[in-house]
Amino acid sequence: MSDTKIPGDLKYSPEHEWVRLEGDVAVIGLTDYAQDQLGDVTFVELPEPGDEMSQMGEMCVVESVKVAADVYSPLSGVIDDVNSDLEDQPELINSDCYGQGWLVKIKDFPAAELDNLLDATAYENLLAGG
Amino acid sequence: MDFVPHTEQDREEMLAALGLESVEELFRDIPAPLRAESWDLPQPKSELEVIGHLEDLAGLNAHQLTCFLGGGFYDHFIPAAVDAILSRGEFYTAYTPYQAEMSQGTLQSIFEYQTAICRLTGLDAANASLYDGGTALYEAAMMAVRKTGRKKLIVCNSVSPIYRIILESYTVNLHLDLVEEDLCDPASLEDLMDGDTAGIIVQNPDFFGRVHDYSPHFKMAAEHKALGIISCNPIALAVLKTPAEMGADIAVGEGQPLGLPLSFGGPYLGFMAVTKKLLRTMPGRIVGRAYDQEGRSGYCLTLQTREQHIRREKATSNICSNEALCALAATVYLSLMGKQGLVELAQLNMALAAYARERLTAIEGVELVDQGPWFNEFRLSLPLDARVVASRLIDRGIAAGFPLGRYYPEQGNNLLVAVTEKRSKEQIGYLAEGLEAIL
Amino acid sequence: MKTIYQMSRPGRRGDSIPAHRIDDDYFKQSRLPLELCRSQAAELPEVAEIDVVRHFTNLSRLNFGVDVGPYPLGSCTMKYNPKFTEQAARLPGFAGLHPLLPQLRRGGLLAQGALRVLYECDRLLCEITGMAAFTMQPLAGAHGELTGIMLIAAYHQDKGNQRSIVLVPDSAHGTNPATAAIAGYEVVTVPSKDGVMDPAAFKEMLSEQVAGVMMTNPNTVGLFNPYIAEIAEAAHKADALLYYDGANLNAIMGYAKPADLGFDIVHLNLHKTFATPHGGGGPGAGPVGVVEKLVEYLPISRVAEHKDGTLFLDYDHPKSIGYVAPFYGNFGVVLKAYAYILALGGEGLKRVSEDAVLAANYLRVKLMEHWQVAFDQTCMHEVVFTAQDKVEQYGVSALDVAKALIDEGFHPPTIYFPLVVPEALMIEPTETESKENLDAFVAAMTKLAQACKDDPELLHQAPVTTPVGRLDEVSAARKPILTDPLEP
Repeated sequence: MSDTKIPGDLKYSPEHEWVRLEGDVAVIGLTDYAQDQLGDVTFVELPEPGDEMSQMGEMCVVESVKVAADVYSPLSGVIDDVNSDLEDQPELINSDCYGQGWLVKIKDFPAAELDNLLDATAYENLLAGG
Repeated sequence: MDFVPHTEQDREEMLAALGLESVEELFRDIPAPLRAESWDLPQPKSELEVIGHLEDLAGLNAHQLTCFLGGGFYDHFIPAAVDAILSRGEFYTAYTPYQAEMSQGTLQSIFEYQTAICRLTGLDAANASLYDGGTALYEAAMMAVRKTGRKKLIVCNSVSPIYRIILESYTVNLHLDLVEEDLCDPASLEDLMDGDTAGIIVQNPDFFGRVHDYSPHFKMAAEHKALGIISCNPIALAVLKTPAEMGADIAVGEGQPLGLPLSFGGPYLGFMAVTKKLLRTMPGRIVGRAYDQEGRSGYCLTLQTREQHIRREKATSNICSNEALCALAATVYLSLMGKQGLVELAQLNMALAAYARERLTAIEGVELVDQGPWFNEFRLSLPLDARVVASRLIDRGIAAGFPLGRYYPEQGNNLLVAVTEKRSKEQIGYLAEGLEAIL
Repeated sequence: MKTIYQMSRPGRRGDSIPAHRIDDDYFKQSRLPLELCRSQAAELPEVAEIDVVRHFTNLSRLNFGVDVGPYPLGSCTMKYNPKFTEQAARLPGFAGLHPLLPQLRRGGLLAQGALRVLYECDRLLCEITGMAAFTMQPLAGAHGELTGIMLIAAYHQDKGNQRSIVLVPDSAHGTNPATAAIAGYEVVTVPSKDGVMDPAAFKEMLSEQVAGVMMTNPNTVGLFNPYIAEIAEAAHKADALLYYDGANLNAIMGYAKPADLGFDIVHLNLHKTFATPHGGGGPGAGPVGVVEKLVEYLPISRVAEHKDGTLFLDYDHPKSIGYVAPFYGNFGVVLKAYAYILALGGEGLKRVSEDAVLAANYLRVKLMEHWQVAFDQTCMHEVVFTAQDKVEQYGVSALDVAKALIDEGFHPPTIYFPLVVPEALMIEPTETESKENLDAFVAAMTKLAQACKDDPELLHQAPVTTPVGRLDEVSAARKPILTDPLEP
């Protein structure tokens, strides 16, 4: 666990997504732990801008050679933007999961839902607890 | 004969290694009350006896009739080299190429098959095969439903009725809206299209042998964000406007004409090709080119996350085994026919069918139902019930065609006649003489 | 190796189409208007017959089949495929028969031999499984499963039952949950206990919502579920139907019949138990049998016998689920299975199960010294080991072991399945491997167990004797190349 990166300034879901607030928009991606568990990502099926998400509803699918993992939306709201670079370079999720490997941006989410998410320490504890 | 190589001594030694007296002890987990009470099966037979029995049964089948039956399944000539390759045990006694390093033969042949199907249809990606043309059409329809999230499928009533009843059987529990109409005129499609339409399904040549251009249909489908699905005859594709040129999203069809015997209905071969954007929703196995650490090129199963063994209840289909050996037959057949040969074969089929039309319609009371153009099949209207006519021609050694009344009650007098390169002028002449004599 | 397309030379021909079949006039007459034609000929290969034959012969030599060597691929039953059955399927009286022939008036009389094969095969499979009737229509095992689920749906609909759930044990083949899902059911997974479906958990999950239960018995870890009677009773009490995935019927022939075990529906994989070839991944055949109360729902057409002994296609079953395939199934495959059953007879089929189970148990005890067995008890026709300890101790995975076995001349076992066993190695020797071959397999596995300790790198590098090494599947999936690119 010691080399798993968990930036202190992000929020986390128990399903291993991170959330970063940029103004009224929440940027969402997979955590370092999640990308490590998946292995080499080969494909990402993203939603379309304008799609509505519900908290813990299915948001997208991330695939490696032998695994197809559903990614659940950490927040309810509307898809504002998706990371189209992942179409040609799904490996960005492995190489830079907190940066260029982001998945989607969500807007119009209820601020209260942020309280359902974990901070870095709580997420670290979750991973440590197995 | 049981093909078990163990001698009594082998069995005893194996039992001894297990510390057992008899093999029955290995079945202890099956509770006694549940044991089989009867086992009323025949005595074992020698190879000689079984083959003799099957030869007798084969002799009861009227396979020597001169065949003008088609309906999507055709009596084409199969070059001997096809069976020579299919008989190689390395191919036919292998299983799905999960271990790529020792399955390059199967994998590369499937890759070459996918290439052939893409080049015939003009589309971007093909799978490693499906069971047959009918189930392929069902898989295509389900792709449209999944991809669009909609419930309505508009099916042209000149799509094979044999396939349409399959589609109906499969979708009965899925709460889909299956609309069957004559769509030959694109205007008739316009009224049916709406925001709940998942896809439209057409066939080329259609069940009556007519050739169409469905470009307007697929354009309309695209405007409504529905998928355009076409079922096609692979030999006709040598000459016909391709599914890609018409703007279809999915092409499927029955691969039997490509070197597979009629064999009383199977095994056959369902082919499927799709546009790039549908690749990851396509069912079935897909082979891709890959490289090893030393840079040597090879082939492996790819995009497997779509499949049941990984996605289980979220898979694109439940399909597991496909028809790999039939796909191999098609690949060998298409390689032998080649770029020019397949075109010439298609043209010969069409020319012979034209001759047959001329001879048959010269008979009084026999008329063409359609204006054409046709591929190698056409419907005739007869002055009598076509079922009766076909049955009488059987007595003359001719399977004259398929009486359409079976699937289209209002077409009781119509006969669907198919002509392949195997039919000679003389055989067509016998058919004409026979028909004339009966009428 | 070059592809057949890369061997192409403009103008080279491999076809032999009759040239003077018909006058040129008819070619002109039948020509299609330009707007209905493709703009360019399809770029098929331009090669001679010798090129084709050599190319595919050479490709075949890159392949491993049962005819080449032992193929202990668990769950797939890679037994010997007798050659005379191939000959039977090629008899012109069967191979040349058009499927629409019996649909002509009095047409059934033209195909009595073929209908007899279907009818007799039905009777034989009924005796083997205890079922009341079979349909030969399903074209593969998974297709049989779909047919079975459609029968379950038809039964409940007819009875006015509203049911939405199908129960599937966690050790099931992936086709089971996939089938139930595409047929419109919600799939709920039942946990295993000691390798078999837990009867207590199962009973708790039963409800009036459960339409059916899909089981394999013996299951995918090679264990016979001893609680089957209890499970069947509970299922039937809740009016849920019990479905038998017949992938493993080859373990119990002559000892138990699915119907006697309480199953209502069974599909059989003719390409497994009844020795028809796997063809590199098909064609198979998946006939489905049912108990009496479900016979009326079977697909049409069905082969029936007139009083005078002639056979006919019977469509008069108003409650039938309809058609799951255009005709009468993969007839050629059914024919091979029929030939196989006739050759073996009751005695031979029972011996198949005995010797398959004996061989699997022999491997189990012989391998246990060096490999960790997943369930330390008598198995049926296959045995599952785990490489988990090798991963932890030496960093050698089930995949590494599989690849190293290739270099030893064996097809590897099934790996990473069933999912309930980590690093699974699922071995099914079948009854047709000699004791010498079983001993050779033991020797190879023993050698590899030693290599895990001495030289794990050897296993990581394997295979080295094959035309290609391990392929980069990640790149292949990221940037798929699925057809041969056209030469510029």
